[in-house]
Amino acid sequence: MSNSAMQSVEDGAQASRRARLSTLARAPEAELLALWSSWLGDRADPAHEVLRPPEIGTVMVRGRAGATGAPFNLGEMTVTRAAVRLPDGAVGHGHVQGRSKRAALVAALIDALSEAGQAEALDAAILAPLRRQAEAVRSGRAARAAATKVEFFTMVRGDNA
Amino acid sequence: MYVAVKGGERAIDNAHAWLAEERRGDPGVAELSVAQIREQLSLAVNRVMAEGSLYDPDLAALAIKQARGDLIEAVFLIRAYRTTLPRFGASRPVDTGAMSCDRRISATFKDLPGGQVLGPTFDYTHRLLDFALAAEGLAVPEAERGAPAEGPMPHVTGFLAREDLIQPEPEGAETPRDLTREPLDFPADRPLRLQALTRGDEGFVLSMAYSTQRGYGRNHPFVGELRIGTVTVEMDIPELGFSMDVGEVVLTECETVNQFKGSKTEPPQFTRGYGLVFGQTERKAISMALVDRALRWEELGEDDVGAPAQDAEFVLYHSDNVQATGFLEHIKLPHYVDFQSELELIRRLRREAMAATRREAAE
Repeated sequence: MSNSAMQSVEDGAQASRRARLSTLARAPEAELLALWSSWLGDRADPAHEVLRPPEIGTVMVRGRAGATGAPFNLGEMTVTRAAVRLPDGAVGHGHVQGRSKRAALVAALIDALSEAGQAEALDAAILAPLRRQAEAVRSGRAARAAATKVEFFTMVRGDNA
Repeated sequence: MYVAVKGGERAIDNAHAWLAEERRGDPGVAELSVAQIREQLSLAVNRVMAEGSLYDPDLAALAIKQARGDLIEAVFLIRAYRTTLPRFGASRPVDTGAMSCDRRISATFKDLPGGQVLGPTFDYTHRLLDFALAAEGLAVPEAERGAPAEGPMPHVTGFLAREDLIQPEPEGAETPRDLTREPLDFPADRPLRLQALTRGDEGFVLSMAYSTQRGYGRNHPFVGELRIGTVTVEMDIPELGFSMDVGEVVLTECETVNQFKGSKTEPPQFTRGYGLVFGQTERKAISMALVDRALRWEELGEDDVGAPAQDAEFVLYHSDNVQATGFLEHIKLPHYVDFQSELELIRRLRREAMAATRREAAE
């Protein structure tokens, strides 16, 4: 494989991991845990070593003056993160919005299992439903917003006609 | 001066027990859940998140329940909780141009790409009490759905910028000053002022903005655009070596287009004010934009007309309701020793004054 081909495989892997982690971070806790639990069925969580125990913290959210200018600190949001390692060495990182330690750990496990070759199965079982749900929420709000769009029409005033 | 006074423990414990009972109210009435507050008092939740400077609707709802609906007390609880958390880092600046808008209106252009989208607004309601809401078990209301126009909703100021009709926003430091990490220090640059305003008390920022409209530092604002919606928050994760979305937040953004400025060398251009606030917090965002614009007088080469809203120290030192309430309310706590010395002083002065009067009368 040429260097540039290797680079693009690498980029593709990074892009899909980035998409996966972003979906997990924004997933509602209840949905994520329910999907994880159906994936597990009767099984317990897969064997893993906790590299970073779930930790609640914040991220300072920044904006820009005038939307395009100098960055400023808008305020913080809560984020919980965790990291795990599977017996085969695959490392998973989980970051979720909010304060659910269980969700952060589950996100890290999903990431680790995906890195360990189960990406396709997990995508079908967990990530695709989360994406569909997020899209349904987004398009539902967009549809309600669209119904409140003003359709101007011009009144013709008699004395000006 | 404060001295340790013992003996209040039992009274304090009992006061807190009574507080808990009063918070619950009539036990014959169903208890309010945190989820109910989050879902049905969402504008109160938004205000607590904005002024508490922490985006977490569940925590804000809990704080409102604990504070019995006292929003400043709730903001205080959120600020106190925040100090217990480690900060993992800072996000990249959010892209409000990519916002999924629930609402987007412009007072300056009727027809603009993306259109005027009213969203779930109180505007155009008649402000008549709706007694139907007093009944319970109403059918769940359902909003109309339209066909969303996919495609971008560009910022109105972008159109003006293309024709050079509005001042460009200057770049700033990549890492802005942070008043939660270092004491507020003057002169305060615009990023620091914006941080103070976005977490400032809504009532205070509103009144400051209103004062500019009434003539104390007029700046002739038009609401170029007001938008409310969801943006994703992206952060670089060092251990991954790339960035990811760590969540999404609802924001309200207000861009004002203000009186123009020109000189012998520069043709006239509109100037800008900016407001960006957590949650659906429209009044606050508009107020913030007006006060931001008023505080920019110096960098825009305008006169200091002595208006309160032009005085950065005055505005920034008094905008924080947790600081203000802390200092204000501390005067109700025991000051027995201070007052004892005042009492002794006034008794001595009165004795001396009366003795002098008696002496004069005798002479």
